[in-house]
Amino acid sequence: MKNKDLNIKTVIMSFLKYLTLIGGLIAVVLPLIVVIFGGLKTGPEFRRTGPLILPKNFFNFENYVTAFVKGKMVQGFGMTLLILVSSLIGAIIIGTMISYVLHRFDFKLKQFILLLFMLATLVPAITTQVATFQIIHQLGLYGSPLAPIFLYMGTDIIAVYIFMQFLDSIPYSLDEAAMIEGAGYFRIYTTIILPLLKPAIATVVIIKGVAIYNDFYIPFLYIPDNPVLSTALFRFKGPYAAKWEIICAGIIIIIIPTFLAFIGLQKYIYNGLTSGSVK
Amino acid sequence: MTTIAIQKKKKSKINWQKVLIISLFSFIPIGLLILFTYTPVLNMFYYSVTNWNGYSGTKKFIGLDNYIRIFTDTEYFRVFPVSLYYLVGSFVQMGIALYFATILTVSKTKGKNFFKGVLFFPYLINGVAIGFIFSYFLRPDGVLDSVLQMLGLGDYIIKWLGNVKMINWSLAGVSVWRYMGFNMVIFIGAIQSISSEIYEAAEIDGANKWQEFKYIILPSIKRIVQLNLLLAINGALSVFEIPYVMTNGGNGSKTFVIQTVQTAFKMQKVGLASAMAVVLFAIVLIVALIQRMFFGEKGESRI
Repeated sequence: MKNKDLNIKTVIMSFLKYLTLIGGLIAVVLPLIVVIFGGLKTGPEFRRTGPLILPKNFFNFENYVTAFVKGKMVQGFGMTLLILVSSLIGAIIIGTMISYVLHRFDFKLKQFILLLFMLATLVPAITTQVATFQIIHQLGLYGSPLAPIFLYMGTDIIAVYIFMQFLDSIPYSLDEAAMIEGAGYFRIYTTIILPLLKPAIATVVIIKGVAIYNDFYIPFLYIPDNPVLSTALFRFKGPYAAKWEIICAGIIIIIIPTFLAFIGLQKYIYNGLTSGSVK
Repeated sequence: MTTIAIQKKKKSKINWQKVLIISLFSFIPIGLLILFTYTPVLNMFYYSVTNWNGYSGTKKFIGLDNYIRIFTDTEYFRVFPVSLYYLVGSFVQMGIALYFATILTVSKTKGKNFFKGVLFFPYLINGVAIGFIFSYFLRPDGVLDSVLQMLGLGDYIIKWLGNVKMINWSLAGVSVWRYMGFNMVIFIGAIQSISSEIYEAAEIDGANKWQEFKYIILPSIKRIVQLNLLLAINGALSVFEIPYVMTNGGNGSKTFVIQTVQTAFKMQKVGLASAMAVVLFAIVLIVALIQRMFFGEKGESRI
């Protein structure tokens, strides 16, 4: 009798559990699905049918072409790619260099430099742009893709932490062996440290890559005339304000690369975020 | 012992090489740090006591006038209460995240990875896209209204973004949709770091699921939850993208950062905007101080 009670309780609990999970699933997926529907409808069809109604033709990519060509999303992709690749390469080189120096050497200013990086995390970048803007302006970088590239490249402590943590696991004996064979510090960095840091580099690329791809604020502020994907999409607000079917297509265009990256790199993304949050 | 000896010997011998590599490898990173972080912060403090407009050659020193204005002019002060909606939102978000993290790690659930992936995915989506998705979702006769109508709940339809009383709740809800999965993944990581022996011991002792949650999971991840709640203060004050894309700060949804950006770049009041930035900076510092006091040097790594 008691056993049966327990069984009923477990069944109910399990039912409630899946109910909430499916509830969460619907809450996440429904807003996205309707956007996919919307993007595949023709203009008149969109105005005639409700948002939950399936599109008549699932292969109507007209809105996608409009979003890509007239919405300047092609240029947006190019600009995003340029900024993403250059700032990631820069950030990796700079980040590994400073981490190598701070991890492998003892010198007077070391604690001070570490403190500089630590304190920098407390600065809320979103509002200090008020003053950063003036510096970018004075450097003559306003409007140039170099502005976001330099700003993204500026080392952040999270990358330095991830690299330094990983350097702990690279034995000093490797450095020493190379040194005995006559390698200088620069050779040690390029031939031993950098290749062995690959997993940490992958983590940093993922964390920073997602952040840069999705960033709106910095390109919006510094390169308004060279739209990246986010700012190109933002511009749909004006000319396409009443054409939701085209905005829907634009939304999906910007999400597809993220979705593919997520499917392919799921495990690394989770690991990256967990290690990234352990500042 | 021997390595120290080797290093000591090396030190005196190739010291110049060490100096060279250190200066060479630190020059650019520290240069960027000073140029794009420390100089702006110092300038920001300086601008905040002037009436500078961002381009004229002269700035007049006006003392604390800008600060007084932020806290007395309702046009400026009213952005602070707006962040409270997002703060409440992030508490709700943390609760939901904790719930899903628990059921996706502890109990035997089918399709764990699938659910985890789906619930997490919104965190990766571009903020502008999320803004548009929910403008579409919440607009009159939009998706939400259609769903309510379908369910026979048409009487409950209101203007989600048009009603002044509702708008900030709607926007905070979008924020929950966006960030819940991130908290969930962090919590899952923390729960998974609890050794499985503890669960086995509890099971032998006949603990039920609720007791397992209350006495094992909650105490082990208490710190990381507390820390996230504390950091939610910074998050609530830094809200920008979603209301900027969806409402442009209209209808009483203007946040602290939208106000700062508009003050600086639209109204050309760089002095006043800098004072706002200093205020946010001060709040972040206070939060960090509390964090140090209660969570130690590296609170987060002590999961």
